[in-house]
Amino acid sequence: MADSVVNLTIDGVPVTVPPGTLLIEAAKQVGVLVPHYCYHPGLPVAGVCRMCLVHVEKQPKLAIACATQVAEGMVVTTTAPEAKAARQGVLEFLLINHPLDCPICDQAGECELQDFVFQEGRAATRYTEYSKRFNPVEDFGPDVLYVPNRCILCTRCVRFMEDVAKEPVLNVSERGDRAFIGIHPEARLDHPWAGNVVDLCPVGSLLSKDFLHKARAWELDKAASVCTGCSQGCNVTLDLRDNTVVRVRPRPNLEVNRYFICDHGRANYRWMNRGDRIEAPLVREGGELVATDWDTALDRVRGLVRGANGKAVTIASPLASTEALYLARRLLSRFDWMGAFQMVQGEEAPLAGVPNLALRADRAPNGTGAELLGYTKDVAAAVAAAATAALVFVLGEADVPVETKGVLVYAGTTLPDHARGAAVVLPIANVAEEDGTYVNRDGRVQRYFQAKPAPGMARPAWWVLSELVAEHEGAVRAVSAEDAFDMLAEAEPFSGLSYAKLGLAGARVRNGAGVPA
Amino acid sequence: MGYPHKPHSRETVILSKYFGDAEARSFKGWKKRGGYEMLDKALAMDPNAVIEEVKSSGLRGRGGAGFPTGLKWSFMPKEKKKAHYLCVNADESEPGTFKDREIMRWTPHALLEGTAIAAHAIRAEIAYIYVRGEFTEPLAIMEQALAEANAAKVFGKIKIFLHRGAGAYICGEETALMSSIEGKRGNPRIKPPFPAAAGVFGLPTTINNVETLVAVPHILKHGAEWYKKMSLSNPKSTGTKLFSICGHIAKPGNYEVTLGFPLKDLLYELAGGMRQGRTLKACIPGGSSVPMLNREETESTLLDYEGCVEKGTMLGSGGVIVFDDTADMVYQTMRLTRFYAHESCAQCTQCREGTAWTTKILERILAGQGKMSDLDLLLELSENMTGKTICVLSDSCAAPVVSAIKRFRNEFEDYIAGRRKPVMAA
Repeated sequence: MADSVVNLTIDGVPVTVPPGTLLIEAAKQVGVLVPHYCYHPGLPVAGVCRMCLVHVEKQPKLAIACATQVAEGMVVTTTAPEAKAARQGVLEFLLINHPLDCPICDQAGECELQDFVFQEGRAATRYTEYSKRFNPVEDFGPDVLYVPNRCILCTRCVRFMEDVAKEPVLNVSERGDRAFIGIHPEARLDHPWAGNVVDLCPVGSLLSKDFLHKARAWELDKAASVCTGCSQGCNVTLDLRDNTVVRVRPRPNLEVNRYFICDHGRANYRWMNRGDRIEAPLVREGGELVATDWDTALDRVRGLVRGANGKAVTIASPLASTEALYLARRLLSRFDWMGAFQMVQGEEAPLAGVPNLALRADRAPNGTGAELLGYTKDVAAAVAAAATAALVFVLGEADVPVETKGVLVYAGTTLPDHARGAAVVLPIANVAEEDGTYVNRDGRVQRYFQAKPAPGMARPAWWVLSELVAEHEGAVRAVSAEDAFDMLAEAEPFSGLSYAKLGLAGARVRNGAGVPA
Repeated sequence: MGYPHKPHSRETVILSKYFGDAEARSFKGWKKRGGYEMLDKALAMDPNAVIEEVKSSGLRGRGGAGFPTGLKWSFMPKEKKKAHYLCVNADESEPGTFKDREIMRWTPHALLEGTAIAAHAIRAEIAYIYVRGEFTEPLAIMEQALAEANAAKVFGKIKIFLHRGAGAYICGEETALMSSIEGKRGNPRIKPPFPAAAGVFGLPTTINNVETLVAVPHILKHGAEWYKKMSLSNPKSTGTKLFSICGHIAKPGNYEVTLGFPLKDLLYELAGGMRQGRTLKACIPGGSSVPMLNREETESTLLDYEGCVEKGTMLGSGGVIVFDDTADMVYQTMRLTRFYAHESCAQCTQCREGTAWTTKILERILAGQGKMSDLDLLLELSENMTGKTICVLSDSCAAPVVSAIKRFRNEFEDYIAGRRKPVMAA
């Protein structure tokens, strides 16, 4: 194995990496972020910004860390005076035509030009006698604006469209200091994954119209989450301002979505901020639904479950957490049970340059989790069975009307007219308001984290169901989503998994066993 | 000086022997002058033997870098697993250089013959001759010659294509040239991978200059020893070279001399010296990208790779630009940087922004609004533009600036101090 690793020293710290590793990545291993603009791990190396110049012992010239592979015994100094001087030179050149309009720029606060100039740039410009290059803002596509004045021509957007999206509509037009990012005269930047160019842009040159002037970067709270747009399970970060989700951005996961999310997922957040929420448990009193406390509502459900016999049906949302789906089934384990969910279908939209990454036709995040737990896609059969069932439990599904001669218990975030016949209504949290897991189409179990508080008295579904199950079975209550997951992980195919094991990147169910095709 | 004209007695006329001889342009005329004999000889030789012969001749690249040609050829994969390509750099765009143009205008078959021999040596099936877009006449002549040679089936299995450039200086840079041939924007690429490993279309490629390749048949004809003996100074610089002389000179034109020839004699004897009543002020000996020399340095320079380096410049492409005492070195420097600012491909930050900023500062000095601190700023920008980019266009812009300030600082200071009348509008 001796020849399968390379030993080198970066800023005095020894590091061992696989052969072929780029210096810029090796440096990350010792905690050094070499300043850079054109380099992005998800794109082919361009080596054009010349920002990542570092000193390599015994080499006559400074080397760009993004295109230099490690070699045995290499001694790299990122902080060498000549390297710092060269990088300061690049920053000065980048700034001569860059407007200092940070106060009105969406990128401010998360701008790599700001960061590195602050870190090692000159205190003042020497480009004082001249006006800056000016080009008007261009409308590139449905959600992308191009502000050429801020562009530093790193070409990340060009390479994304060419090499990742495989729809090369962007280019570098003109030469020298007249250069700008051009778009094909008859094309729009409307590829289903085009929004990634906004994330990739290291400065505020490519902007999302949806996020335009919505928030300053430093006002945002962030939470790791999983996209709910389809069964791909792309890892995302929810950005919130004042407990309102204002932006969804990709969170890197090399196994699932690399560094990207599609525009459908990116735009799929407004419902998380809905104001028409159920904020208190409701129980039927004299033909009317009246607000009550949780103890009363849960007692009522316990009584209804205990009093029912025979057939029970669960209509679940494929947006429900795996924990909630599991507990909902366990609650009704003594019944002749049937569970189903409705999977909305859409058009598949692959990202051509990344294998096994697409906006999937199955437009919900947890269909696989539901199927692993015994729920079926045959929602019509479940609705038919519900008509004669003794007990029907709706978990988070507001779009499937159910009628029953038995008892209807409705747990949801909103209360549609067709659910007003329920005996009990339980207010639950949505994905942004709870911890939980989803199982993507490849059987990868992935955690999502609470991003904001649930409104009113709404509680996570796993908590509600665990309260019911615990009372029913005389078992221990789950006080966290992790407890609920541990209950789930007592049996196949989830056995062996835990929140600690899932971490931020997730893990596949055992051997992918039982994952429906 | 136009052709035909009698060569100067101190010229060593090998490559330019048939310049002005219109009959040599035709296939028949070229055959009559012994053309394509060396191609037949080479095709019968083992490719490695051709490489060895060129290696021992000491021939070095005439495009500017002066890399040993045989050694470059030997970098091609020993075991041929994929198609090999030869690219011929006929994108002669270096300001002050016009030798390849004359080679193609007068002896197109010499280039085709050299190209085919080189392709055989590196075991390439396909050779692209990348002709500068503005070279309409040379291209027409090359097309005619190629059609005749193809009709006579002289190239064996080797296919030669002419590819016309679209007018970008940067496409003379070898990796940009390959990008351009591939139909992409002519941007230089980062090395490694070097062209011999992954060149045009990602396949092993060698790129040679026109003048380099036309020397090859002569080496095969007379032998490496004969070629090696043509050296007047340093034995590492062998053979003859065409020098294109332009600017403030009595008889501008192409002159072919043996390497090591004194620059002073080239200017004063062969090219007829300065215009009447004028004296030499400065000279750029190797095309606009190399540092300029003052009079003393010019008059003591020996024209070979080492001799130029000794004086702090480079032999480059052999484009000799002459400035007499009427030249405004600040203005001339600005004209050069303006060219590089126009031609920068815009990839590397230092080049894209630096060439333009440098030009703006020089324009401001010429407008009488310079500051003394501008000179230090220019030198610092030049330092930031040197040795830090993908290709050397950025370095080429910095070289004239640094050398001009070093040698003619007083002229800059005259503008800044108001001792000289501004020549540009503010």
